[in-house]
Amino acid sequence: MQNDSIQKTIFVAVALCLVCSLFVSLTAVSLHDIQKENKRLDKVKNILIAGGLYDPSVDVQSVYEKKVVPLLIELDTGQILNSEEYPDGIDADTYDLKKMAADPTFGRSVDPGKDIANIRNRPKYIFVYKVMENDKLQRIILPIYGYGLWSTLYGFVSLGNDLQSIQGITFYEHGETPGLGGEVDNARWKGLWPGKQAFDDVGNVAISVIKGQVNPKSAKAKYQVDGLSGATITTRGLDSMLKYWLGNEGYGRFLNTLKQGGVRG
Amino acid sequence: MAEVIEREEQAPEVPPSPSLTAKEAKSLLWTPVFDDNPIGRQVLGVCSALAVTTKLETSIVMSMAVIFVMALSNISVSLIRNHIPSSVRIIVQMTIIAALVIIADEAIQAFAYNISKQLSIFVGLIITNCIIMGRAEGFAMKNPPTHSLLDGLGNGFGYSTILIVVGFFRELLGSGKLLGVDVLPLVTEGGWYMPNGLMLLSPSAFFLIGFFIWVVRAWKPEQVEED
Repeated sequence: MQNDSIQKTIFVAVALCLVCSLFVSLTAVSLHDIQKENKRLDKVKNILIAGGLYDPSVDVQSVYEKKVVPLLIELDTGQILNSEEYPDGIDADTYDLKKMAADPTFGRSVDPGKDIANIRNRPKYIFVYKVMENDKLQRIILPIYGYGLWSTLYGFVSLGNDLQSIQGITFYEHGETPGLGGEVDNARWKGLWPGKQAFDDVGNVAISVIKGQVNPKSAKAKYQVDGLSGATITTRGLDSMLKYWLGNEGYGRFLNTLKQGGVRG
Repeated sequence: MAEVIEREEQAPEVPPSPSLTAKEAKSLLWTPVFDDNPIGRQVLGVCSALAVTTKLETSIVMSMAVIFVMALSNISVSLIRNHIPSSVRIIVQMTIIAALVIIADEAIQAFAYNISKQLSIFVGLIITNCIIMGRAEGFAMKNPPTHSLLDGLGNGFGYSTILIVVGFFRELLGSGKLLGVDVLPLVTEGGWYMPNGLMLLSPSAFFLIGFFIWVVRAWKPEQVEED
């Protein structure tokens, strides 16, 4: 057969596609489980970091199983769902925040007037995580996300058992400028958060990320965190994100449910 | 594309002798590193050199992925070079390259998950890296598999050299670290080094590649083009 004949051209094209697809599918199928496990462990690791439980020398999975309890809540009502009440298609191991927010059944769009965190869609049901120590609630870890300068930042913020003081914040995915907005990953900056108060005396969201440095003498210092220098827009995004998720539109109702139910866990 | 092919025609022709002398092998491997560097001399594949070099670690993983793809795509194209109909040859090369890139991407996601998150789409974009297409079309189509393998590895090393040099300086000067380990203590963490923010933005890679080209051409003046 001549190389440029129609038959040979079609034969080469078909054979090549078959061989390539065989290799690609073999790789994809054989590596799929490892990749899935990687994703899950990465998420677990971030939950532990937000909960202050992460220690690189200890197996994350065993710490997670021992101390962390996932809790499915309905955001609009603040109700906690028992595991029997989970809607079909939702379970703690495979829950994917991004997919759920975009899903027509499990997500809903956010009213543009109230969308201060610039997220457009959010899931109806979301997993929060309780950190337990001897059957007592130590911390509650809340997933948060919102837009910065270039990207949506995904992370967790954790509150102490008073449901008032912030224990930690961490972001597991963002595309902010390294060295500027990307300093949300900086351990020193994250270290400014523990002990800050999320709500004021009457229960309104008071925490804010300000431009520049907090004056430690100011009466508001316990509600304020230093912004990231050189990253005004990321800082503003962080501020709005916290106000949105801790406010009534976000976890406000759920936190009230938790307070009324007592903080036994 | 046209530009790539045109440049490739100037690439040194190797006589298609099936046996390969040690000298030829050495020249195939090392010429692309400094004498005919795909980024420094031919100015191809610059996009990824800007995008993934903010850290040394990502530069290294990206380099390994490109070496893998280029070596195997060159061998595969070379093995079937006498059967590729010339009307679909570019598509055939693209299909082989794309399949290899997906395999590399899947492997990185499985075995270096953290780095795969940082490299994000740039592994997938290796498909569009002109160097790989250029070597497949310009070299592997005309030369036997062993030559093509060495040529692929050599050009991969050439690309990696630039990526690693650029990644080294960007991470060191931009974040005071190397491979994530603190080298220069930062002012923000109580040290003395004020990081250079420009190094973390893409334009700095242009400056560094420019310096690299300058240094290489000062060392090997025969590379300087006449106006």
